[in-house]
Amino acid sequence: MRRNEDARLLTGRALFVDDVQVEGMLHVAFLRSQHAHACLRTVDVAAARRRPGVVAVYTAADLGDYWRPGPLLVPPPPIAGLVFNACTQLPLARDKVRHVGEPIAMVVAESRYLAEDALDDVMVDAEPLAAVVDVEAALAPGAPLVHDHLPSNVAAHVVQRKGDYGRARAGAHATIRRRFRYDRGASAAIENRAVAAQWDPRAEELTVWDTTQAPIPIRNGLASLLGLLESQVRVIAPFVGGGFGPKIMMFYPEELLVPWAALRLGRPVKWTEDRQENFYATTQERGQVHDAELAIARDGKILGVRDVFLHDTGAYDPYGLTVPINSQCTLLGPYDVPTYESEFTAVFTNKTIVTPVRGAGRQHGVFVMERLLDFAAAELGIDRAEIRRRNLLRPEQFPHNHEIIFQDSAPLVYDSGDYAPALDEALRIIGYERFVRDEQPRLRAAGRHVGIGVVCYVEGTGIGPYEGARVTVEPSGRVRVATGVGTQGQGHFTAFAQIVAEVLGVDVERVHVITGDTREFHWGTGTFASRGAVVAGSACHAAALAVRERILDVASRHLEAAKQDLELADGHVRVRGAPDSAVSLGELALKANPLRGAVRPGTEPGLEATAYFGPARGSTANGVHAAIVEVDPETALVEVRRYVVVHDSGRVINPLLVDGQIQGGVAHGIGNAFYEQLVYDENGQLLNASFMDYLLPTATDVPPVETAHRETPSPLNPLGVKGVGEAGAIPTGAAFAQAVEDALSDYGVEITEIPLSPNRLFELITQAGRGGAGGRPKR
Amino acid sequence: MKDRVAAQMTVNGVPCERAVEPRLLLSDFLRYELGLTGTHVGCEHGVCGACTVLLDGEAVRSCLMFAIQADGHEVTTVEGLAPDGGGAGSESLHPLQAAFREAHALQCGFCTPGILMTLVPFLRDHPSPNEREIREALSGNLCRCTGYQNIVAAVKLACDAPPPPPPSPSLRR
Repeated sequence: MRRNEDARLLTGRALFVDDVQVEGMLHVAFLRSQHAHACLRTVDVAAARRRPGVVAVYTAADLGDYWRPGPLLVPPPPIAGLVFNACTQLPLARDKVRHVGEPIAMVVAESRYLAEDALDDVMVDAEPLAAVVDVEAALAPGAPLVHDHLPSNVAAHVVQRKGDYGRARAGAHATIRRRFRYDRGASAAIENRAVAAQWDPRAEELTVWDTTQAPIPIRNGLASLLGLLESQVRVIAPFVGGGFGPKIMMFYPEELLVPWAALRLGRPVKWTEDRQENFYATTQERGQVHDAELAIARDGKILGVRDVFLHDTGAYDPYGLTVPINSQCTLLGPYDVPTYESEFTAVFTNKTIVTPVRGAGRQHGVFVMERLLDFAAAELGIDRAEIRRRNLLRPEQFPHNHEIIFQDSAPLVYDSGDYAPALDEALRIIGYERFVRDEQPRLRAAGRHVGIGVVCYVEGTGIGPYEGARVTVEPSGRVRVATGVGTQGQGHFTAFAQIVAEVLGVDVERVHVITGDTREFHWGTGTFASRGAVVAGSACHAAALAVRERILDVASRHLEAAKQDLELADGHVRVRGAPDSAVSLGELALKANPLRGAVRPGTEPGLEATAYFGPARGSTANGVHAAIVEVDPETALVEVRRYVVVHDSGRVINPLLVDGQIQGGVAHGIGNAFYEQLVYDENGQLLNASFMDYLLPTATDVPPVETAHRETPSPLNPLGVKGVGEAGAIPTGAAFAQAVEDALSDYGVEITEIPLSPNRLFELITQAGRGGAGGRPKR
Repeated sequence: MKDRVAAQMTVNGVPCERAVEPRLLLSDFLRYELGLTGTHVGCEHGVCGACTVLLDGEAVRSCLMFAIQADGHEVTTVEGLAPDGGGAGSESLHPLQAAFREAHALQCGFCTPGILMTLVPFLRDHPSPNEREIREALSGNLCRCTGYQNIVAAVKLACDAPPPPPPSPSLRR
């Protein structure tokens, strides 16, 4: 099926925020901190203000009452004993800077070139302070403080328990204990962020174009901050060039300041981030350090897990605890884990703010659990796939309550799943048995280092609170669907159209979807947590069903036939078995909107309905990734020979789109596993803030992904769907580590960290070989 | 204000002349002077390839050139690919654009114009490339959404080569 949006995107007609150009538009450049941690003494902008072409320069002092810390976007869930210190980001730094790239001054000029020229005129007097970089050092007594009003760098402390782990451990056949490090990186959407704003004094309306994943909350927040009615602010998230999480981080300084400047100056204003700014100023994900222990029975059954971890939250924590709680909850995976004790400390550091990036902390948890199972399998002499099979939740265990609280503040309850067949299918597709029995020994005998990895995961998706949609049949017979969620390439223009088209019996191409424009629809939250298809899709479905009822009402009167005798197909309604009776939806839309005469009391005009959907809780997707890799121990280069994904995201609306999400997710995951790492030095300077040094996987690095779908419907929404946006990226690091370790089994390399750059892998190979003969196989 | 100099070139077959600052990037010239915003800018340091356009038929990164360097040359942007310029409401597409749509070779579509403009001269010079050649041709363009798999498939489709058998036919719908 062709996507409805593609013709616009392929011909260059699609509107992205930086494409917005309005007569008289001014352009913004930000002066950003070069220090990770420093006291700001003075910021002298006088010379910058004098530069020809510069219209205004603002510092924190110039913002007056508008200067205030951003809102706490995601309050922490109700977990007993939870400690959370909210320190949200500032529009412009005042007194102190807390990470490289934090904005200090805003220059507005007649062109971006001139605005950047003027940055050189700003004199900043800052006294550098020792930077907090490493999460463990951050907690040491006497460590410098990121936020001086707090007694330490602890941003949060959370303990969640299920059952009595201590007792389980006492009865265990073995305990497996390791320290794990899992680092994530930049979202690296190819489109950087951008904001443009225009105040129309005649209409008294502010229009804001924003690369946000959440236009409606941005509209509401801006209205409140600027003292306008919500209806006076229109936020448009047009085509957005990739989101992957950080574009849901709301009320970035630039997002607050550009509309403010447009109002104040009475001229349209635009700011577009450049790639270097994106590395410093757009939120990212980074590392966690886990000390984890698995208590296991002789037969390989999990008795319990205890995990204590540190989470680097960066300089501010506006997004609450979503990322570490996802790590905590997703660690349990598809397994029956009777006891669990998980404790984390989120730590402030002098680095860019951490908020969700595709996977949103789930990677870290999956990595820990999957690696523990691998080490347990080796210790117990059980096959790696078999130890997983023995612990998978069985169909009769659903809904399954893990007895801890998830990121959406609801208990972590899996709605549905059928896990063992997914594992079997992945093993079959990749030829696990044959590989382990025949192929691997044969290749090893030939001196080649090939390995296989098989990992399981779940993904909590489709969380609340709600989304809405309005469906309208126009007199042309075309159908309009308006919904609040923004779109960043997921194919909403097609998937939502399919849902509505199926209910109304029209061609998908006849359904015109509008997303991310608050003038079109102004209730809802946004695109995040793999929830678009689940929550907004269900709202589209509900609205379409209501319109279908209206169509049947009008058609029933017009055709003088009972509703149950009518059918909708090909854009027409007809009496079943009487093709000549067909009346088009467009004709019925006209009849439903009479210009003269009387209507029955209570009649609403048109063929239109609005509906909302809010799930009781998120739906849990699951899957298995299996990979075969070959490692060259001399160069430590890894080649992914095959990559298989068996995925169950409930009912599939459009397999093409689902496959696309998985393929892209795996590419992102491979980047995470082998290429991408944000490298900070001891001063908190990011050393690789460009695409020259921060390596995104290219077409020659990413293998073809072989996908298979299983469909275990979710009982939590009428479509039976679950989310799929993040799945591809979640278990990739775990699969990669297991396969690489297997390939290097004769070196005895143990992998407890991701990413594994070729350099790092080479070090591990060398270290493992040191006991033997300098990097040579042990056996 | 810096001294402006004349830049004269043919863009998508249309001659144009503007007085520009010598430091104006070709990408900014196309986007903001000519309003051809289909050329996207993703990194401004020549790595991502989103800004790729054709200069006298060859792929160049418009973020690494000044507009005045294109003086006297012929520039083609993504807007110049479709037969009728891809005007509003147009459904007529260049065969490569059509193949991208058929194969779901784009998601957010931000990198897509640069990838199309990279592939046009590549396919002119290599009418029936194999998979390795396609991937190498694509390796200077970053895409964060697709994992490249369907882009490779689209190129094969555009070459009218029989598409490769899916890895596990029985599992595909």
